[in-house]
Amino acid sequence: MATVSIAAPKKMVELTVDGQTVRVLEGSTILDACRLAGIDTPTLCYGDTLTPVNVCRVCVVELEGARTLVPSCSRKAEAGMVVLTDSERVRTSRKLVLELLGSSVDLSLAPEALEYIERYDAKPERFGADAATVAQDVKIDNDLYVRDYSRCILCYKCVSACGEDAQNTFAIAVAGRGFGAHISTELDVTLPESACVYCGNCIAVCPTGALMSKSEYDRRQAGTWDEAGEEVVTTICPYCGVGCNLELHVQDGDIVNVTSPDDHDVTRGNLCIKGRFGFQFVQNRK
Amino acid sequence: MDINLLEAPPTDAERDAIDAVVGAADAASDRVGRADRTRRHLLLPALRAAQLRVGWVSEGALGYASRRLSVPPADAYGVASFYALLALEERPADITHVCTDLSCALKGASVGPGEHPSPCLGLCERAPASYRTIAGLEPRELQLPETEPPLPQAGDPSLRLLRRIGDGIDPTSLEAYGGFELLARARELGAEAVIREVTESKLLGRGGAAFPTGVKWAAVAQQPAQPHYVVCNADESEPGTFKDRMLMEHDPFALIEAIAIEAFATGAVKAFIYVRAEYPLAHERLRNAIEQSRPHLDGLEIELRIGAGAYVCGEETALFQSIEGYRGEPRNKPPFPVEVGLFGKPTAVNNVETLFNVLEVLRVGGAAYAATGTEGSAGTRLFCVSGCVERPGLYELPFGATLRELLDLAGSAPPKAVLLGGAAGAFVGPDLLDLKLTHEGTRAAGVTLGSGVVIVYDEQAELVPALLRIAEFFRDESCGQCVPCRVGTVRQEEAVKRLAAGAPHADERETLAELAQVMRDASICGLGQTAASAIESAIVNLGVFA
Repeated sequence: MATVSIAAPKKMVELTVDGQTVRVLEGSTILDACRLAGIDTPTLCYGDTLTPVNVCRVCVVELEGARTLVPSCSRKAEAGMVVLTDSERVRTSRKLVLELLGSSVDLSLAPEALEYIERYDAKPERFGADAATVAQDVKIDNDLYVRDYSRCILCYKCVSACGEDAQNTFAIAVAGRGFGAHISTELDVTLPESACVYCGNCIAVCPTGALMSKSEYDRRQAGTWDEAGEEVVTTICPYCGVGCNLELHVQDGDIVNVTSPDDHDVTRGNLCIKGRFGFQFVQNRK
Repeated sequence: MDINLLEAPPTDAERDAIDAVVGAADAASDRVGRADRTRRHLLLPALRAAQLRVGWVSEGALGYASRRLSVPPADAYGVASFYALLALEERPADITHVCTDLSCALKGASVGPGEHPSPCLGLCERAPASYRTIAGLEPRELQLPETEPPLPQAGDPSLRLLRRIGDGIDPTSLEAYGGFELLARARELGAEAVIREVTESKLLGRGGAAFPTGVKWAAVAQQPAQPHYVVCNADESEPGTFKDRMLMEHDPFALIEAIAIEAFATGAVKAFIYVRAEYPLAHERLRNAIEQSRPHLDGLEIELRIGAGAYVCGEETALFQSIEGYRGEPRNKPPFPVEVGLFGKPTAVNNVETLFNVLEVLRVGGAAYAATGTEGSAGTRLFCVSGCVERPGLYELPFGATLRELLDLAGSAPPKAVLLGGAAGAFVGPDLLDLKLTHEGTRAAGVTLGSGVVIVYDEQAELVPALLRIAEFFRDESCGQCVPCRVGTVRQEEAVKRLAAGAPHADERETLAELAQVMRDASICGLGQTAASAIESAIVNLGVFA
């Protein structure tokens, strides 16, 4: 979109990342600088469309002069910073964070996390078979999506998407404390009893498959889920005049999921209940 | 905002209790507006009021509080379920919380039927201790045993911070306190000069982090953003710590005077004192002191805020979150509180003992204060001595005294180990009895003074149960926000349990060392960063589990 900024011009900030000099706009984060320098930095709780909450700690980097490691996703770049992204300290912390997650959460449907586990040679099994986990039953209380919190890494993304970063519905929040902290509606009521409006924006940001459309869940349960054979068809939502781009995920001739690209000016990855779930009429073949 | 409301109505008692905090509802309208959305900071006081009235936070009370303050119910539930002392299931009105933490465990604490185990209640000098709450129209809260031992150094003319406590002045009377002379002196000097004196005094914060107080005040004073806030961190919850409680209970007007001086120096018009829930006598004394002092404070508003059972809220940014009505989850720093603090505004946050020292600085002058103690640690320091000693209690010593001198005063037998700084601190063995209790001395020895905790373990005392308790403590008190602490404290406890049971995994020591590293390096706040410290020190310094 051709926007014209009328704000005061921003200064450039120069810092060093792994020996490379990087220049970024003032207000950018260390993560932005890493990406500009072509350094692939792992992230789990970070989302391009969400306010950073810096809780997963997998993006930590070493900052010269700092007592502890710092989260690159939220720490602003400052002139003269000297950052290391692949030091022994960084690698150890990232590996341990992944081991802690992998030993407590079912990451089998979390492709990024699985890739990082391999990259950092993390061994979640080191804590033994008795290590406490968040295993629990899948919550199926409506026809549109399911919640499997045994896959939840508590990245807060769904809370942000349901709340101030996108939907402003505030149907869910983090409840409890410590290892017992979890995503919940008020008093853990079912979604139909909650404020949920079924926009599915929480599903769109979930990095681990803890939130999943019912159509995908049912196919996975039936063994008919076929991601390799999936086709993505781009179209525009037919329901109203906003003009949301839709990506229809089609398997074996059926729409199984609907998403919208994060970098789309209109949606920023968000949809409403109609765009996300209102596709049955397309495949009504009677 | 799309609010779905909890349907259960509050009882009349719950409605009255919550209305007393948030104001009566407009009978003509059920609607909430912008004005309600700026009052979210009343959420915790409202929930606490409902529980004090009926004994728990029911669905009706939660729903009514969230409706009145325009907080989404899911969000309010998230807040209510964060605090250990708020009950979301019905329970009797009369509840006893029995301390099972380090000092009380050494004195044979045991939890009876129907009683609830509790982390440290800050009554270590009279261990074993408990805290009883009786809900009702006139709720009562009791710290048990009610009688406390006399101050061990009572009458000692060298006392500075504890002078009035030693003299036994009436803590309920401003007249007995003698008026706010030092506040008057501060006003005469002017704000800049006060900050100069505090900076010159080389006073370091006594809450644990030892940050220079003058630097903090100067940073807040110069911030262009308005308003500025002063927050007194009285959420003393480090196991083994009871110094701030004693200062607030026995010398509350001094705290008010120091806060008024701080507000004057930093340009703040509002101050908060955040006290943990388990200190009801301190609440009462402070309320009285605030009331009596109001005419003398030039319009400064001081508000007492009370926690609800969360160690992490002693972390300054978690404390702000708690006051603002959110879960007590620490914020990432920077930005630091001097710039972006309470309600996003510049905030000077200081511990109670630090503020008592400010009075001393103004009494004698910055330079004279700096000349006391040692080169790197000016002034005197309070030590909370408990465990295996004849005279447990609060001690004040000039910086530079050794651990041996302190233990001699308290009547300690030759110790097997001493825990310095509490659960977030470190164990030292008898080889370090000549350790100078200063910032520089403890730093050189790789330990910390922290909040001044000194828990003594004699030859008969067992260390393994203490390590199990410390591991359990951090697992319980982790806020759950960041992965290293949320899961790391669980894995640490599992490893310590296996070691204690004599059935460790092959590389348990290495696992603990790596967990310590990731928690220290990658946790958001000081809780996670120090959660392995005491356990690691026991293994390294004392050879436990060797």
